[in-house]
Amino acid sequence: MMTTRDKLFYFLYLHRTGLTVFGISLLLLVWPLVERNPYNLGLSNLIAIYALVVLGLNLFIGYTGQISLGHAAFFAIGAYGSAIGTTTFGLPVWPVMVAVALATALVALAVGLPALKLSGHYLAMATLGFNIVVYTILVQWDVVTGGPSGFAGIPYLAIGPLVFDNEVRFHYLVWTFAMLALLLCLNLVRSGVGRGLAALAEDETAAAALGVDIRRAKIKVFVLSAVLAALAGSLFAHCYAFVSPDSFGIFVSVDFVIMVVVGGMGSIWGTLFGTALITLLPEWIESLESFKDILHGLILVLILLFLPQGLVTGIVDAIRTRIAVGRHHA
Amino acid sequence: MGGFQDLLQFIFAGITNGAIYALIALGFCVVHNTIGIVNFAQVDFVSLGGMFLFSGLFWSGLPMVVALPLAVGAVVAVGIAVERLGIRPSRSQNHLVLIFLTIGISIVLRGIMKLVWGKNRMAVPPLVDDIPFRIAGAAILPQAVAILMITALVIVLLVFFFHRTRLGLAMRAVASNQTAAMVVGIPVGRVKAASFALAGGLGGLAGVLITPITTLSYDVGVLLGLKGFAAAILGGFGSFPGAILGGVGLGLLESLSAGYWSSDYKDVAAFVVLLLVLFIRPKGLMGK
Repeated sequence: MMTTRDKLFYFLYLHRTGLTVFGISLLLLVWPLVERNPYNLGLSNLIAIYALVVLGLNLFIGYTGQISLGHAAFFAIGAYGSAIGTTTFGLPVWPVMVAVALATALVALAVGLPALKLSGHYLAMATLGFNIVVYTILVQWDVVTGGPSGFAGIPYLAIGPLVFDNEVRFHYLVWTFAMLALLLCLNLVRSGVGRGLAALAEDETAAAALGVDIRRAKIKVFVLSAVLAALAGSLFAHCYAFVSPDSFGIFVSVDFVIMVVVGGMGSIWGTLFGTALITLLPEWIESLESFKDILHGLILVLILLFLPQGLVTGIVDAIRTRIAVGRHHA
Repeated sequence: MGGFQDLLQFIFAGITNGAIYALIALGFCVVHNTIGIVNFAQVDFVSLGGMFLFSGLFWSGLPMVVALPLAVGAVVAVGIAVERLGIRPSRSQNHLVLIFLTIGISIVLRGIMKLVWGKNRMAVPPLVDDIPFRIAGAAILPQAVAILMITALVIVLLVFFFHRTRLGLAMRAVASNQTAAMVVGIPVGRVKAASFALAGGLGGLAGVLITPITTLSYDVGVLLGLKGFAAAILGGFGSFPGAILGGVGLGLLESLSAGYWSSDYKDVAAFVVLLLVLFIRPKGLMGK
């Protein structure tokens, strides 16, 4: 017979994901009431925007075992697409965002379809090359993109009379998107599609034998991740009202990959952690300016060497093993 | 006549740069063949070659003939250290993990270079006399001829190494089938370390050869290295003749597109063509 306490624990266990999402949402809801420093809010908003990119990228890397070193390019298409659509052409903001997301899906399809026929480094190269092409266009085609000095005067997002024009309002806007994307990804990896993907990441041949359409699955996830990146780019452009090529180079793509690895490839929750850590790290080690890059790289190397599943999964696993060993000895 | 003279000039410049790309591409191939991964630290081997050359010339006051081989040797040592400290201790043999490791190592190396040599751009004097001579009206720098000759020599030495020496043959054995190589008693671990040493040497050599032509800074190798990577893929990843063909092809393409189209988009041309080649003939020009 289950006691009330058992029932409560069972309920908590059964709904742990939903409850965690609910808890985080609640914290996010009240946080701006406590945190009055706009700089800190700004950092947290940046984490939400990056998390949108990294969630998709982590699905792609963690669940298809492929590498994209070009997600900053999709981020750029979202940002500049929104900027040019709303400013140069004066079109309404929300429809432009949707159109840009759709256009990005087509671009991702064009890049991914041929490259995904091949394995590993071909896609890495194709996406990296694509990123370099996009970046060069942003810098060189200055009549359209504003060139190296950037593109200013992008309108804020608004819902009716509510204009998202300060850090607190951005907070609610970007974290709503981030939490929705988180829920989407959590649901996706638990669905049949997600289990197929997990099989794919584990062993491609075995997955194919079990009837997973490998190519189709890879392309779908790639396009989804590109669309999320574009969405993040649009939000980025409308929140800062200004974009410049610096935010979209290949090293930004590499940073996105680092966020995935630090959080744990294939770990949706790890994504939030990895994104936050890598975004905040430069703030914490500002005094060590000249050691910043070395530290950045060392963290990546050490995690890959000793906790290749990422920090969150790695530490959780280590604790579980410790507990299991303890029980065994007792 | 001007048209032909220009064309000749562009072709020569293209082949010179292409030779550098080929050296870098060969470095990528060596590691790929033995470990099966793309080594992103290859791009930093190129920068390091230039940096060590600069230090040898200006910090130690060595003459070029001494500084150049020393610089290449120093990058070989870095290559070995990268394998020993960064790749070998890995708990996971998953390719994804190993590739990300090389990305991490690349960031660390760039950070160290920034710390040691600073962010400023530096210049290195030419390897040989810089008075150009003329062929059919096109001005050609002795420097470029030196690059071509050294590259050609290195390729000949590499062919000899892979077909006539024990270590070279062992590397080819590991490349074609690692398990079988292990069974017949080839020390696979040492061969992998050797492949990193060789990759360091090739990258370092590319670095010392290119630095007198361009200016030098801690991240100069990134774009050069990525073009070397593109060249390797263009030729068919892992294929040595492909790497050379891909390098020269890419160099020519870049130089011609800069000459006849726009130098602003010179860097793009290489990657656009690369993407097109991937789409049309995904295994590269010489791939199987």
